Amino acid sequence: MMSRTVYVCCGTGCLANNSMDVYKQLKKLAQKYEADVEVKTIVKATGCNGLCEKGPLVKIQPDNICYSKVKPDDAEEIVKRTLMNGEIIDRLLIYDTALKRRVISHKDTDFYKCQMKIALRNIGEIDPANIDEYMERGGYKALRKALFQMTPQDVISEIERSGLRGRGGGGFPTGVKWRQCSKFQNFPKYVICNGDEGDPGAFMDRSIMEGDPNTVIEGMTICAYSINSNRGFIYIRDEYSLALNNMNNALNQARERGLLGKNILNSGFDFDIEIVRGGGAFVCGESTALMQSIEGNVGEPRAKYIRSVEKGLWGQPTVLNNVETWANIPEIIMKGSDWFCSIGTENSKGTKVFSLVGKVKNTGLVEIPMGTTLRELVYKIGGGIIGDKKFKAVQTGGPSGGCIAEDLLDLPVDFDSLKEAGSMMGSGGIIVMDERTCMIDVARYYLSFLSEESCGKCVACREGIKRMLEILTDICDGKGIEEDLELLESLCHTVEEASLCGLGKTAPNPVLTTLKHFRNEYYAHIIEKRCPAGVCPELTAYEIDKKLCKSCGLCAKNCPASAILGKRGEAYSINTQLCIKCGNCIDSCRFNAVKVKKEVGK
Amino acid sequence: MRTLFEKYPKEKRYTLSILQDLQKQYGYIPKDKLIELSQYMGIPLSRLYSMATFYKALSLKPKGKYIIKVCDGTACHIRSSKTILDEIENTLGIKPGETTDDGKFSLETVNCLGSCAIAPVMVINNKYYGKLTSSMVREILKEYGGADDE
Ligand SMILES: Cc1cc2nc3c(=O)[nH]c(=O)nc-3n(C[C@H](O)[C@H](O)[C@H](O)COP(=O)(O)O)c2cc1C
Ligand code: SF4
Ligand code: SF4
Ligand code: FES
Repeated sequence: MMSRTVYVCCGTGCLANNSMDVYKQLKKLAQKYEADVEVKTIVKATGCNGLCEKGPLVKIQPDNICYSKVKPDDAEEIVKRTLMNGEIIDRLLIYDTALKRRVISHKDTDFYKCQMKIALRNIGEIDPANIDEYMERGGYKALRKALFQMTPQDVISEIERSGLRGRGGGGFPTGVKWRQCSKFQNFPKYVICNGDEGDPGAFMDRSIMEGDPNTVIEGMTICAYSINSNRGFIYIRDEYSLALNNMNNALNQARERGLLGKNILNSGFDFDIEIVRGGGAFVCGESTALMQSIEGNVGEPRAKYIRSVEKGLWGQPTVLNNVETWANIPEIIMKGSDWFCSIGTENSKGTKVFSLVGKVKNTGLVEIPMGTTLRELVYKIGGGIIGDKKFKAVQTGGPSGGCIAEDLLDLPVDFDSLKEAGSMMGSGGIIVMDERTCMIDVARYYLSFLSEESCGKCVACREGIKRMLEILTDICDGKGIEEDLELLESLCHTVEEASLCGLGKTAPNPVLTTLKHFRNEYYAHIIEKRCPAGVCPELTAYEIDKKLCKSCGLCAKNCPASAILGKRGEAYSINTQLCIKCGNCIDSCRFNAVKVKKEVGK
Repeated sequence: MRTLFEKYPKEKRYTLSILQDLQKQYGYIPKDKLIELSQYMGIPLSRLYSMATFYKALSLKPKGKYIIKVCDGTACHIRSSKTILDEIENTLGIKPGETTDDGKFSLETVNCLGSCAIAPVMVINNKYYGKLTSSMVREILKEYGGADDE
């Protein structure tokens, strides 16, 4: 008798693609057929597998088969052919564009082969609702090791030696933070997990909390032991309902097993964790604002003359780290700092998790060793640009980060090299942009986000961002003048200098980096009055290239304004009077026949 | 109502949690509840107001029967979420943050929903719609009984 296990990815991306129905259907049919065949099937729901683009994903072990884009209707065939007879259903396998063939296991794709999983080691492999599965894969062994074989000082030294730097953005050495906090003999002390994830284009932390909540709990408990704290908080935004659920459940199970609470594993050490639901304000991701928010106040940052390690939550010594930072801790304790140091670059050790999104073929969650180049990230793991359009830029670091142009594609990704390039690591959003992305619009997008999220405490941040946003909006609307660029630059410097917290200090980055790398695009908007990417409606006109048009009529079908006219056999054309510049036609044409006009007749 | 409050100890740090629970129960925070809470906790009403306006997840205005959340996260933005938003604004005649006069639809923009692979994305009362185009949006809104006056 052969027992097979079926894993259905139930990460946020796959859930949106109906994976729950697939899960239910598989479970139902597996039970129904089990009676007359000797195949045991356990259908498990797992966290995000990373390859969201191909979701919902269904993995079958021990055969190591991975099916993609599975629909509830496929369940019957999967159960009958694969689960009962071990046959592979060819049409459901992932098509690897690089290899130009279908692959049986997702691990054969370039998308997976170039990755290295530390923080994400369990995600997609275990049922996050079941602590036993975490423990089967070595979970809570690190906590045991720390409690019974290491002194608090040993733990701190190990983390220091590993060179681990905070994954929440700043990259502050984690061990140093713990060391500083451990020195204050002022109790109680607190341990906080920052699960706010304010970056508007990222979902790494959420996926970890959803897919492997126990690793965060274990990491925090190890830290608590090392600094002698008895109380922890996990700050999760209220919209992340699945993360809240799974985390809550994991906390309860850990308590039942004696892994949290009083006298953990009979060691005499007490520690417990409480969840605090965040209210959805970006600035609350900043450490001091987050502490304000936990205390029940409006989340405004404070000046850091005295650091949180000395006076943090309720004025007590506090260690605050990011979700992904916590997820690394158990592995470092288990495998040792030497192992961790062997991965990555000189000053950035280990791996980093990114949400790779935008105009890239394989959108998803990836974990790569530090030092991997952007080119590998975009072209090997990401599979290149959708529709094989021209690459333009990658944006890293979220709203505080910057855009990196094509000439820097061979840049190794780590804390220092990204900073040198004018961007930053941030929490790990990587947004790939192509020729159809307008860089001025991107800068404006971030500033409009930041102007809404500024807490308003500093005048430079509040008014400066607003003013820059107005200028960028004017440029996008075709009302820009050349002097605007200088004005923008000087505003950037004022806001940078006169703001209190990181939000204001880094707010100019999207503007500064686009001004630096894409100045010509600003000139095109201001002087030629056209948007080369065809995004800004006032500065865009489309036309259909008669030679390239195959007269398929797809654009006309997709045009919401009925602005495209034509007959089969003849080239189609656009009535510019009716066109609302939505860009549907350009994105839908398979022959690249729709073009952004070089001249925009005003 | 008391019971909703009494789930939490009378400590300042639970104010946000209680406000979130109220938001969930009513779809917004009714004024009388805010006054009650202020008396129960002994916190000035003005402070509760500033919290309710500071945190994005809280609303002082009632919401429609269908809440349409259009993702304007970065990935969705560069995959033309603006077009999706325009289509909804034109069809329903409301802007983000507003509710139709008949109380049927509310429109909101949100940040990344973790579904960037199917960007641009919108959610209507927890149902996800991905890889949207303006014509799809029109069809979807029709299903919910919007834009039938055309
Ligand atoms: C405006 C602003 C927003 C931030 N948002 C987040 C966030 O969402 N998640 C996060 O982990 N860190 C965020 N940070 C960084 C935190 O302040 C803090 O440095 C970090 O959580 C520390 O953890 P780490 O050392 O493990 O990275 C933000 C900082 C600023 C200035
Ligand atoms: S820099 Fe901006 S967000 Fe930060 S404290 Fe000042 S006003 Fe608030
Ligand atoms: S841009 Fe939009 S409205 Fe204009 S022709 Fe193309 S599809 Fe039609
Ligand atoms: S940006 Fe819209 S789902 Fe991620």
